[in-house]
Amino acid sequence: MPKFVISRRKFLTSASLGISGIMLSGCDAFDSQLGVGDGLRSFLEGANGLTWRAQRLLAGDSLAPEFTEADIRQPQRPNGVTAPDDDVYKGLLANDFADWRLEISGLVEKPLSLTREQLMNMPSRTQITRHDCVEGWSCIAKWTGTPLSLVLDQAVVKPQARYVMFHCLDTIDRSLSGDIKYYGSIDLIDARHPQTILAYGLNGKPLPVENGAPLRVRVERQIGYKMPKYLRRIELVDSFAAIGGGRGGYWEDNGYDWYGGI
Amino acid sequence: MQSVARSQSAVGPHTAAPKDATLIYRQSRWTRLTHWLWAISLFFMLLSGLQIFNARPQLYIGKESGFAYNNTIFAIGAENTANGPRGYTEIFGKRFDTTGVLGWSGPAGRETSRAFPSWATIPSYYDLGTARVVHFFFAWILTTTLVVWLIASLINGHLRRDLVPRIADLRRLPRDIVDHARLKFHHTREYNTLQKMAYGGVMLVLLPLMIITGLAMSPSMNAALPFLNDLLGGRQTARTIHFIVMLLLVAFFIIHMLMILAAGPINELRSIITGWSRTDPPAHGSKTPQRDA
Repeated sequence: MPKFVISRRKFLTSASLGISGIMLSGCDAFDSQLGVGDGLRSFLEGANGLTWRAQRLLAGDSLAPEFTEADIRQPQRPNGVTAPDDDVYKGLLANDFADWRLEISGLVEKPLSLTREQLMNMPSRTQITRHDCVEGWSCIAKWTGTPLSLVLDQAVVKPQARYVMFHCLDTIDRSLSGDIKYYGSIDLIDARHPQTILAYGLNGKPLPVENGAPLRVRVERQIGYKMPKYLRRIELVDSFAAIGGGRGGYWEDNGYDWYGGI
Repeated sequence: MQSVARSQSAVGPHTAAPKDATLIYRQSRWTRLTHWLWAISLFFMLLSGLQIFNARPQLYIGKESGFAYNNTIFAIGAENTANGPRGYTEIFGKRFDTTGVLGWSGPAGRETSRAFPSWATIPSYYDLGTARVVHFFFAWILTTTLVVWLIASLINGHLRRDLVPRIADLRRLPRDIVDHARLKFHHTREYNTLQKMAYGGVMLVLLPLMIITGLAMSPSMNAALPFLNDLLGGRQTARTIHFIVMLLLVAFFIIHMLMILAAGPINELRSIITGWSRTDPPAHGSKTPQRDA
């Protein structure tokens, strides 16, 4: 027992000395350990899985808070790409998205290709919710769209599907192997959540370009980067290992947590 | 003297009691372990938190952030002036020049626009995603430690016995303030009134408030516990409170360090690392400074 006390004492002394040293030398001391793929980084990232499971347990199928018309005090603030420079997108926009289709593919029994009119003819949901950007700001707006669960039911999801991948029309980044179009994913629990809608309306008007026209997803219990804009294709997958950097989304591949409920 | 020696062996788990009668076993291993877990967690949470703040260096009051109207009460930024770029901090509309630290900082000639300076953030460069990874990992450590500590302290009486101020403590408060102002410290086993208020305030008020306002910023927790933001005044107010509590914790840390230096850093460090602390020798004829276990 005394041996244990001494070794811990030594440990704590050196730990506290180490911390004071770090504080004196500045906070770049951890930079080299915190890149994507580094051991320490990967260990710390484990907490995101814990958060995911804990919040699933606590939140269950509860709804995100909804607000009143009086709470809408300003236009929805756009962020990220607000005017896609892609030729395909600009061509679709020039024709008011008449030629645009939403493809539903991957692990489904009946792949779909839907026009905006077909989506708008399905039952819709309108909700006044608060958009929380990962940067820290919030903005309240009214969103109208087709519940994603209805689209998934129509396509008949195969039992082995685990995630819904969103593929977008906008180029978010460029790499040596070409343009990177925005992509992201959520689990099937959020995909089937009643407030998860494919939104085509914002504050009573058609969805503007800066907010994701013709279609964006709303995932009201997660942070903004989990709600891709300019949707092109929805793919049901059992793993996202083969997509992008394998972490489930553009921002995830750049070091952001996959689960964005926090 | 005999009774003093007996009470020592009663309070300390160590078999070999020190020969020196003024050395007492003051901090239990739980207190010491949780102290260092909190110290490490708060260090990383502060520096990653300042990095997260840098992504949106404004604080608002209400449910949302005003872009078409003004509900900003605090902002850090940079602006171009006749004298080149300057950093500023704005509190309730009143602007202060904080070039070099807040808003505009960095090595000479290579300054950049960033709210909190590089030396105060983890990572040192701008990286919101990584700061969130670090912040939420240590949030689990901090919260788990606090919950375990709270339950244990309620059961073993640490809370009632050592931390919650009693009537006698409140009566002693004026004298205690005067003693602290004169840097006249009494080294006893028990905490004095100001210590009880400071430690109790951190553990029972500030840390729980930090956790609650942190949870209130989580969209998923807003679905699970919608009343949280109603109580706090909206998500952006919760974020502002989170920031203010951070400032209070930093203030506590600075005073904590100053008090340790003033009271004798070697003895204080030994106490929080090994548990053993040197107390004032009992005055002749008076009661011993430590109570029976």
